[in-house]
Amino acid sequence: MTTISIDRVRHLYRPARGRPVLALEDVSLEVRDKEFLALLGPSGCGKSTLLYLMGGFLPVEIGSISIDGKPIAGPGPERGVVFQHFALFPWKTVRQNVLYGLERKGLPRDEREATAKKFIDLVGLSGFEDNYPSQLSGGMKQRAAIARTLAVDPAVLLMDEPFGALDAQTRALMQAELLNIWRASPKTVVFVTHDVQEAVYLAGRVVVMSARPGKVKAIVDTDFDKTAPDVLRSPKFGDMADHIWGLVKEEAIKAQMGRGV
Amino acid sequence: MTRNALIARLVKYLPLLLLAMAWEGASRFELVSSSALPSLTKVAQAWWDLALGGDLVENGAASLWRLAAGLAIAIVVGAALGIGMAWWRPADIALGPLVEMFYPLPKSALIPVTALWLGFGDGSKILLIAMGCMLPVTLGAYNGARSSERVLVWSARSLGASKLRILRDVVLPSALPEMLSGIRTALAISFVLLVASELIVARAGLGYLIGFLGSNGTYDSMFAVVLTVAFMGFVADRMYLLIMRRALAWRD
Repeated sequence: MTTISIDRVRHLYRPARGRPVLALEDVSLEVRDKEFLALLGPSGCGKSTLLYLMGGFLPVEIGSISIDGKPIAGPGPERGVVFQHFALFPWKTVRQNVLYGLERKGLPRDEREATAKKFIDLVGLSGFEDNYPSQLSGGMKQRAAIARTLAVDPAVLLMDEPFGALDAQTRALMQAELLNIWRASPKTVVFVTHDVQEAVYLAGRVVVMSARPGKVKAIVDTDFDKTAPDVLRSPKFGDMADHIWGLVKEEAIKAQMGRGV
Repeated sequence: MTRNALIARLVKYLPLLLLAMAWEGASRFELVSSSALPSLTKVAQAWWDLALGGDLVENGAASLWRLAAGLAIAIVVGAALGIGMAWWRPADIALGPLVEMFYPLPKSALIPVTALWLGFGDGSKILLIAMGCMLPVTLGAYNGARSSERVLVWSARSLGASKLRILRDVVLPSALPEMLSGIRTALAISFVLLVASELIVARAGLGYLIGFLGSNGTYDSMFAVVLTVAFMGFVADRMYLLIMRRALAWRD
């Protein structure tokens, strides 16, 4: 059982110069065990900030975030993170990257190698084990990063717009594969995105966030059978995406106005 | 090596060959005084004699030892200082201004100082090179370590790395490219300091030999040693570049 409780969290973002900005305002949210939850909202709505708070990278100053009742104190291997720009160690090969977390766990060598191989195979990177990240395409880099995170078997997967830097075709492929991996061994996933289609396709629940300061505007249940190959063109999918887009649109416009565009 | 690569290399070193020919010609046809610029063939002959007589090897060994020891200290202390300053804020606050103040100091000004402290032998040269070459390494390591990406540190932490681990596995490799450039600068400075200090206060070394031969009026031999030092500097830099390229093979 792994649930994340976010209780009345406020967060002030303090830029190096200029006045502090209220990034999150009174956010309360329950992430259920083994659900795929999407955080959806316009850029600057604080969705990534919320994810970093869950990751333990930023301190929770007002309110609380706890996992299975225990407040978060810093990052930990039970919460795996996938970043938009991959964050692979550029001086390590694919295999060395995937092995890194396994080494920190102190597993015996044979087991480490076997696990690394398993996850490199799972994301379809066999044959590229000895390549450095600089020698891989964006999609392959993100595959390697996902393998690295999954290999340590975290209970929670935190994903910060992981496919945002990929081209449309690669993104579609990666979405389908991620969903397959998740179905085969479900974990609690929090997936940050600003793409409505992506959120509806991947997640069982979509949390729509309002423009800055970020608040939970609505939580939409998007859990239906998405295994059909043409699910993206089904009326049900279309209606749901339209409904959510309606919610996001207002916020996106507000976000634009707020920036004076 | 393919034929094209061979030709490319020949073209690259052609200016050097032309310079050598001009030198030989200028001296032979007395365009310049042959005592101010002995012909290249005479210099080559003098080099051969120096090599056979053992002078070159003996003084060369003394110089190389000073260079290696001084640089080793500069790299170890300089890198530790730079990374320490980037990693631990109090160190930055305490030492940052000192580093900035001493960085532009002409390092040769320290020659009399180190001679005063440690005399005419190896010690003063090693200390001079260590002190003079340390700061470029420090600055490279400092800037490199500070540029380590936040998400890489975060990744390592979420994969279970301790603070010390992150220093070793993320901060150090992030610092490497800039630190290695700093060391290349240090390598160049080390040759300058070596020869300058040996010219002024020494009883052995290639710089000493240059000064000794010059004051004896054996200019062909003096030029032979000057060319030897130039060649050593060139080879050292090339070898270093090779090592650097290998260490940074992970970059595109």
